[in-house]
Amino acid sequence: MIQLRPIYVICMREFVKFFREKSRLLGTLARPILWLFVVGNGMNSLIKPQAGLSYMQFIFPGMIGMTILFSSIFSSISIVWDREFGFMKEMLVAPISRLSIVIGKAISGTLISVAQAIIILLLTPFLGIHLTFLQFVEIVAAAFLVSFCITSLGILIAARLTSFDGFNIIMNFLVMPMLFLSGAMYPVTSLPPTLRHLTHINPLTYGIDTFKHVLLKNSAPPMGPEFSLMLDLLIVTGISIVMLTFAALSFRRKE
Amino acid sequence: MGIINVQNLTKKFKSLTAVDGISFEVNEGEVFGFLGPNGAGKTTTINILCTLLWPTSGSATIAGYDCVKQPDEARSSIGLIFQDTTLDSGLTAYENLKFHAYLYNLDRKLTERRIDEMLDVVELQNRKHDLIKTFSGGMKRRLEIARGLLHYPRVLFLDEPTLGLDPQTRNTIWDFITTLRKKEKITVFMTTHYMEEAENCDRIAIIDHGKIIALDSPARLKAMVHGDVIHLVTADNKRAIEEIRRIFNISAQEENGGLVLEVEKGDEFIPSLLHSLPVQTLSVSLTKPTLNDVFLKLTGRTIRDEAFQDNKEITREFVRSHRRAQR
Repeated sequence: MIQLRPIYVICMREFVKFFREKSRLLGTLARPILWLFVVGNGMNSLIKPQAGLSYMQFIFPGMIGMTILFSSIFSSISIVWDREFGFMKEMLVAPISRLSIVIGKAISGTLISVAQAIIILLLTPFLGIHLTFLQFVEIVAAAFLVSFCITSLGILIAARLTSFDGFNIIMNFLVMPMLFLSGAMYPVTSLPPTLRHLTHINPLTYGIDTFKHVLLKNSAPPMGPEFSLMLDLLIVTGISIVMLTFAALSFRRKE
Repeated sequence: MGIINVQNLTKKFKSLTAVDGISFEVNEGEVFGFLGPNGAGKTTTINILCTLLWPTSGSATIAGYDCVKQPDEARSSIGLIFQDTTLDSGLTAYENLKFHAYLYNLDRKLTERRIDEMLDVVELQNRKHDLIKTFSGGMKRRLEIARGLLHYPRVLFLDEPTLGLDPQTRNTIWDFITTLRKKEKITVFMTTHYMEEAENCDRIAIIDHGKIIALDSPARLKAMVHGDVIHLVTADNKRAIEEIRRIFNISAQEENGGLVLEVEKGDEFIPSLLHSLPVQTLSVSLTKPTLNDVFLKLTGRTIRDEAFQDNKEITREFVRSHRRAQR
């Protein structure tokens, strides 16, 4: 059911193309850097440090989450590109299972997102944020899980998207709300109750909460983590499995 | 038993029957053509054979493998060249071929040798490490043929292999297919709506509205049209048809603003035709029968009139269902 060589080569293709398209790499890295460096510094002068945290320190976990969100969604949306430009057929008529294609896409999307998260982490000393080695390792580990979760969600969406026209709708009605309702930029506890409920069904909330456990360990809500680490990990893992299963199933559908 | 076996194959898209109970057999090593207008059901049949679609009823086997029950085995036995390019334009020629080799689980050492071998055949060795973006339409098509053959398939499917290519490139592609046939001993199954292209096949199935209306060698099909074909343009075609029927007892058919009639010994017939026809004749020409004349005889239409009118709906319906199927 799962064939390793096809999965390997599907991943390789994504990596080759990712590093070949420099604009995509720069684009996804520029966003969090802009937020941290420009907005973060700008807000620092406006917002007094709360509970010993500057605004830039507060949004840092959220910016890792944002990098992963955009990178993972972009990677998985490549399925729509593949379909539009015919390459998907090359994979569909090959003697490989649909599950292998989905897993290949999920792994490559995850690894590319983690790679970008690592680049952001390596840039932190220039932003005045200092991590211990242990924190670095913990964040990378969590980044794997969160990336896998968001990529799976993206693949599920991509599998159901018929054309590229739907992409803008996904960006405006899913990706941006996911970002704004995840506690990446402000504590979600300050939101009105209706919006707060939305944050609870957002997988990214739990992902970013995991990063907060590592980075803002000593802070209490609203600035620090909201849920227990166990709950965060459980929910992110659970959502990943559900999303990936549905994605594989919707790929298998055939008339 | 042929390498491809199709029995009572039917495919319905909602209310529309794209393929309507067709049966045929393709022998190992032959070039078999599906000829018909757009929307006749050619691509739908190919998509069922290559397991991208499931048939509504009937059965199809390739190299002994059932297309529904053993899709993976059937898929490893075939190579496919689709109507639209399915290369990744962001990768090089070599990377596209390597990707393919991995999907088909080709032996690692064999892969490199086979890639070079196929690139030589399609004369793209010097473009091995260039991005597909920089390739012309004909080069892309050649590379796709190389890719389709990389995993030693037993049947090569070509869906409108030269659609959208200029006549010169079309000829080059056919030269490749002929050479490949000698070298690789492969069965070729192709669809086309170009008559000239269909002439290259060993056997042709003429398909219209989802049904096979004739199946034979091009020569035998053309023999169905008796004698020669005269194309005639007159000042009043309607009246000319009546007059021809009255005087010669021959039924002429209207085509592209002119008349077509079949007669034996056309060269001797023309003088008497011009002499006795009371309608002014603007031009007259004599040809040996083509497959287009066969199609005209069988259906009363030419393939080209059909192309973009009646079957728009079929095409649209197909595209929709096809997209769904690809997910």
